[in-house]
Amino acid sequence: MNADMEERDMAPGKREFRLTVGPVLTYWSRTELMHFYARVAESAADTVVLGEVVCSRRHEMKADDWLGLARDLRAAGKEPVLTGLALVESESDLRLLRRLAQDDEFLVEAGDGSALQLLSQAGRPFVIGPHVNVYNREALEFHARIGGCRWVAPAELPLRDIARINPPDDPVRGRDEIALPTEAWAFGRLPLAFSARCFTARHHRLRKDDCGFRCRDDADGLLLSTSEGQPFLTLNGIQTQSAAQQCLIGDRGALRAAGVSRLRLSPVARGFETVIACFERVMNGGADPAEGVRELRALALPGGLVNGFAHALAGVDWVA
Amino acid sequence: MTEPSLAARAPDLVCPAGSLRALQLAIDAGADAVYLGLRNATNARNFAGLNFSDDQIREGVEYAHARGRQVLMALNTYARADDPSPWFRAVDTAVALGADALIVADTAVMAHARRAHPRLRLHLSVQASATSYEAIEFHRTHFGIQRAVLPRVLTLSQVGYVLRHTDVEIEVFGFGSLCVMVEGRCALSSYATGASPNNAGVCSPPSAVRWQETDAGVDVRLNGLLIDRYAPDEPRGYPTLCKGRFIVDGERDYALEEPTSLNTIALLPELIRLGVRAVKIEGRQRSPAYVQQVTRVWRAAIDAAAAEPARYAVQPGWTATLAHLAEGQQHTLGALDRPWR
Repeated sequence: MNADMEERDMAPGKREFRLTVGPVLTYWSRTELMHFYARVAESAADTVVLGEVVCSRRHEMKADDWLGLARDLRAAGKEPVLTGLALVESESDLRLLRRLAQDDEFLVEAGDGSALQLLSQAGRPFVIGPHVNVYNREALEFHARIGGCRWVAPAELPLRDIARINPPDDPVRGRDEIALPTEAWAFGRLPLAFSARCFTARHHRLRKDDCGFRCRDDADGLLLSTSEGQPFLTLNGIQTQSAAQQCLIGDRGALRAAGVSRLRLSPVARGFETVIACFERVMNGGADPAEGVRELRALALPGGLVNGFAHALAGVDWVA
Repeated sequence: MTEPSLAARAPDLVCPAGSLRALQLAIDAGADAVYLGLRNATNARNFAGLNFSDDQIREGVEYAHARGRQVLMALNTYARADDPSPWFRAVDTAVALGADALIVADTAVMAHARRAHPRLRLHLSVQASATSYEAIEFHRTHFGIQRAVLPRVLTLSQVGYVLRHTDVEIEVFGFGSLCVMVEGRCALSSYATGASPNNAGVCSPPSAVRWQETDAGVDVRLNGLLIDRYAPDEPRGYPTLCKGRFIVDGERDYALEEPTSLNTIALLPELIRLGVRAVKIEGRQRSPAYVQQVTRVWRAAIDAAAAEPARYAVQPGWTATLAHLAEGQQHTLGALDRPWR
């Protein structure tokens, strides 16, 4: 199934960029999630990554709930990919990963060395997730040898490095000899860091073990600004994100030249259908990127738009 | 020499050497091993005026080996996509100069080291972010690592749990600057400045720092972003991004981490009991005198804890010396301390 999917990635006459809806990184209620994915099912998105990435305490969705959702999305014509925690600390974290690794119903995205170990030991193909440190071609070749079949580049990697690591004219090939598609972080708050500490709980003067799940209050995380009031970062439990949305909608040519064939759109609590539709129109429909930028700016998401990482600058920068 | 039982074995004291002088002082003060890096982006303390030329490494290795101590070479950044060859060359250089082990993070560098130097000891750097025994096993399976340095995010019981489930030697951080983020997975610095530990071996680089006198005191900016604002009489720290003061929900505070230092000296008997094989002191960017003083205190502490763990007590003199040296003049047990969670 996976091979078919990749063949389709490459087939001529098809849409140039496949759109991936990344995992929901903030903590939403089950109802909000179900509504969100119902809208995604109707959207132009091709692939949907499902699972809790940030906090092992978040419990709105159990493993079986994610599986059920994955089956529903597949029935709606989407390619579901399952993923797990990016920071693996306990045996119960490992148990969840083992379950993902052993059940071969869906492709799994690896978030850390533990997942890489369990998936490669199980002989499963996997997506090399954005938190796996691949910074050069040799590293990508290694991960392809052990089962990597698709690569989500680390968010801080510039497009020129992506082009060097997995160039379209000389791509890294997986165990099945099929070229690894590259996915870039094309829209959404950037996942900048993980900690053992929960910054949301800390802000509310609560202990992590007794946090009251206050992160549920902020569907797009807690905004952190500089002392001058400039939006800078977003606190999302143990994760620190950018306040701004990385947005590569104006970088169609550079993405193509870098061999990127998949675009990750990271969920935001409102306006996300607009984001998907906008990317589909510009990246696959030939619409004017400037128009797309205007439309995305009009969503007035906190922190504005940035694309510095793609251009080998500070991530917070914007290159028009 | 007979091998002491694992539980009773005193951990190696692994000390930082940003210069040949620091290396010599650390060894004289009782370090079992020192770690150092080359003068380029291949290591995570890529600062001007720090680190070693090939000749200095040769001299340092000679000095250490003559006294029965070890030299570990930190090659713990990620090889650049445009030219990974300096990283591969550095592996070969380390072997040629007689380093006892390499501290590595990049799978590409590990693969090269394993291929070209099958007998070379590899230590998995904290920058590789291995937080579970499965992640450690991953690197042992593919690259034969002999030791793993655990990220500073694990609690003491989690450290113990890892130790019970792996045969790989475990090294933990004992003292120095505290990364509140999981090492090797933090792009805060590159978000603000373009340069991060992973892509350039630096965090909040000095070249991006600007101090500005204002009517209200002093502002410190990182690439233009206001990281902290000090009243005229307030003590000022280095503007590491995660240790600045920011506004969340109208409250201005240290939103991520207070400018404290990690100090686990009180936990030594427990670390020894758990079977920790080495304790690392952070601070290749610190002065030789700093390294000497910290090494002396930790040598005395490890010897005391290994000799009579039941009677071990942190000596007031140790605390005073370390407190004086610590960044921000405050200590924390970091994640090792349960209430921190």
